[in-house]
Amino acid sequence: MRLQIEELGVKRGEEMILSALSFTVSGGQALIVRGANGAGKSTLLRAIAGLLPHESGHVSIENPDPEFADSTVPELCHYLGGDNAMKPAMSVAENLQFWQEFSGHPHLDIDDALDMVGLDGLQSVPFGHLSTGQRRRIGIARLLVSYRPIWILDEPVSGLDAASEAQFAALMQVHLEDGGLIVAATHVPLGLDNAAVLTLDQNSVELDQ
Amino acid sequence: MKALLVRDLRLALRSGGGAATALLFYLAVVVAMPFAVGPNQQLLATIGGATLWIGALLAGLLGLERLFQTDREDGSLDQMILSPVPLPVQVFVKSLAHWLVTGLPLTLMVPIFGLFLGMQETAIAAAMATLFVGTPAISFIGAVGAAVTVSLPRGGLLLSVLVLPLCIPVLIFGVGAVRAAVTEPDPFLPPFLLVMAISLFFSVLGPFASAFALRQGLD
Amino acid sequence: MATDSIPKPSGLTALANPTRFLALVKAILPYLAVITIALLAAGLWMGFSVPDDYQQGRTVRIMFVHVPSVWMAMGAYMVMVSGALGVLVWRHPLADVAARSAAPIGAAFTFLGLATGSIWGRPMWGTWWVWDARLTSFLVLLIIYLGLIALWNAVEEPAKSARMAAVVVLVGALNIPIIRFSVEWFTTLHQGPSVVRAGGPSLAPHFLYPLLVMGLAFLMLFITLHLMAMRNEILRRQIRTAQRKAARSHRGGANQEGQS
Repeated sequence: MRLQIEELGVKRGEEMILSALSFTVSGGQALIVRGANGAGKSTLLRAIAGLLPHESGHVSIENPDPEFADSTVPELCHYLGGDNAMKPAMSVAENLQFWQEFSGHPHLDIDDALDMVGLDGLQSVPFGHLSTGQRRRIGIARLLVSYRPIWILDEPVSGLDAASEAQFAALMQVHLEDGGLIVAATHVPLGLDNAAVLTLDQNSVELDQ
Repeated sequence: MKALLVRDLRLALRSGGGAATALLFYLAVVVAMPFAVGPNQQLLATIGGATLWIGALLAGLLGLERLFQTDREDGSLDQMILSPVPLPVQVFVKSLAHWLVTGLPLTLMVPIFGLFLGMQETAIAAAMATLFVGTPAISFIGAVGAAVTVSLPRGGLLLSVLVLPLCIPVLIFGVGAVRAAVTEPDPFLPPFLLVMAISLFFSVLGPFASAFALRQGLD
Repeated sequence: MATDSIPKPSGLTALANPTRFLALVKAILPYLAVITIALLAAGLWMGFSVPDDYQQGRTVRIMFVHVPSVWMAMGAYMVMVSGALGVLVWRHPLADVAARSAAPIGAAFTFLGLATGSIWGRPMWGTWWVWDARLTSFLVLLIIYLGLIALWNAVEEPAKSARMAAVVVLVGALNIPIIRFSVEWFTTLHQGPSVVRAGGPSLAPHFLYPLLVMGLAFLMLFITLHLMAMRNEILRRQIRTAQRKAARSHRGGANQEGQS
C-alpha cells in the first residue's frame, strides 16, 4: 500500500498555502510533519484526508487492503483533528459504540480499546465529565474501535502527559507493524523508529528519510 | 444510518437536547394567541389553523440552528464528511431526527391545543393531517439554512430570515387546507396534496443542497 | 487559470481578469451614464405627455415606473442566478462579484416596485396595501433579497460566502415559482381586490411606447449601477488583499496566528 501525493496545491482562504507538494508514504511507514505555526501542517493533513479541496495535484492510494478495494481516500483514513468528535451528553461507551457502528470495519471491542488507552472503567461516564487529557485518549480510542489503514493525526498527543504519550506511541507502532500508515503533525518527538520527516516552511519543503 | 438516527434522537431527548423546549414553545405560542386576540370564540376558531401552523413553523425554526452547529464544534462534522455514508443521506437522517423531535410531537399535541382554540373536530383533524405532512418540509428546508449558516456566530437569526420565505407556500397551503375542511365548497384535497408534494420535493432537494453547503463551509 | 504562454482569451474569459474588467468599466461607464439619463428623461417626458386613462385618471402614470421596476427586480434575480451558476459550475472568478453586486440593486428595485404598486393601487383599493398575489409575492422576493444580502455580509471570506450564497440563490430560484403559485392560490380563494395589472389586458399604443422606453431606461440604469457596484466590489477586495499582505509581511515569520 502506498499513499501518493503529487504536485498538491491547497488554498487557505485566498492564499496558496501549499503548492506543488509531492511525496510518498508506504505501508508500515510513518511521516511526521513539522513546521512553524501557520506553515500549513493542519491544512496539509485536512487536504490529504479529503476535507479541503485541492487547487492542483492529487492524492491517491495504491494497493490498499482488499477489504477497502473500492474505497476513496477519505474512506481509507481515520482523521484525528483538534477535536475529538464526541458528544458530551452521551457516555463514553455510547460515543464509542456509535462510532464503531457508523464507521464500520469493527476492530477492537470497546472495552479493549478503553483498556489500550488506560481508561477502562469509564464506560458509563458522560463524556462531558472527562478532563482534556482523558477526552483526547477517548478520541484515540475511536481509532481503535474501527479499522482504517491510514491514520492522519493532527497534534495527537496534545494535552496528554508523558506516560500517555508513550502509550500512544506504542499504539502507533502496532498500527505500523500491522501494515498501516501514519501521517502525523506534531511538535513532540513520538519515539517512532524510522519515521520520515516533512518540514513545511514558508518557502520550502524538506523531506528527510 | 440507523446509528446516526438513534444517536441524534438520543441526544435530542436528553436534557438540554431541545425536544421539550420546542414543545413548550409551541404551547406558549398557542396560549399567547387567545390572550392577544381576545376571548371571541368565533374568531379564535377561525384563526385556529393559522395559530397552530405559525406556532409549528416557529418551533421548528428554533431547533434548526443547532442541527449542524454542535457537530461542527466538536469535530463530528469532519467525520461526517469523511464517512463512506453519502453526506446527503446523513443530512436526510438528521433532518428526519429533527422532525421526529419537533414536528411530530407538535402534530400529536394538536387535538389538545385545538381544543384550547375552540376549533371544530374536522378542523382539528385537518390540522393534524396537514401538520403531519407539512412539518417535514420545515425540517428539510431548514436544514439548508442551517448548513449555510453553520459557521456564523449568530446564525440563528439569519437562518430564520433565509428559511421563512421558502416556507411560505407550505404555510399557505397548510392553513388553506385546514380552512377548507370547515368551509363547505372549498376542496381540502388539493392544498393537502400540495403540502405533501412540497415536503417530498424538499426531502430530496434539501439534503443535496445542505450537503453541498456543508462541504463548502469547511475551512 | 490563464498563464503567459496562452494566447489572449476572448469574451467572458477575457473579462475574468479583474484589471481588464476595471479598465473596461472605466472606459464605457460615462457613456452608459449619459445614455441612461437620456433614456430616463425621454421616457418620463413621454410618460407625462400621455393622455389620462379613462378609468384610472392620472395615477396610471405610476405604471411607467412600477412596471420597469418589477422587470428589473426579476432581472436582477436572474443575474444572481447566472452568477450562482458561474460560481458553482464554471468557477468564473467574477461570477460572485456579479451576483453579490446585483443583490442590493435588485432589492432596491423590488422596494421601488412595492412602493409604486402601493401608491398606484391606493386610489382604487382605498388602502395602502392589499394582499394581492403579485404584491405579496414581491414582498416575499424582497425578504429573500434582504436575507441574501445579510448572508453575503455575514460570511467573511469571499470564496466561502460566494458558494453559500450561490446555494441559497438557486434554492430560492426553484422556490420562487412555488411561492408565486401558492400566493396566487391564496388570493383567488379569498377573492381579494382586483389585481393591479399593467393597464389592462391589451395595452394601447400610446401607453406601450413610453413603457418600452422606460423599460429600456431602467435596463440601462441597472447595467450602469451594476457595473459601478461590481467595480466597487473588486476594488474593495483588492484593498482587502493588500491589507492582509501588509499585515503578513509585518508579522514576519514569528508567532503567526491561524492554523499550523
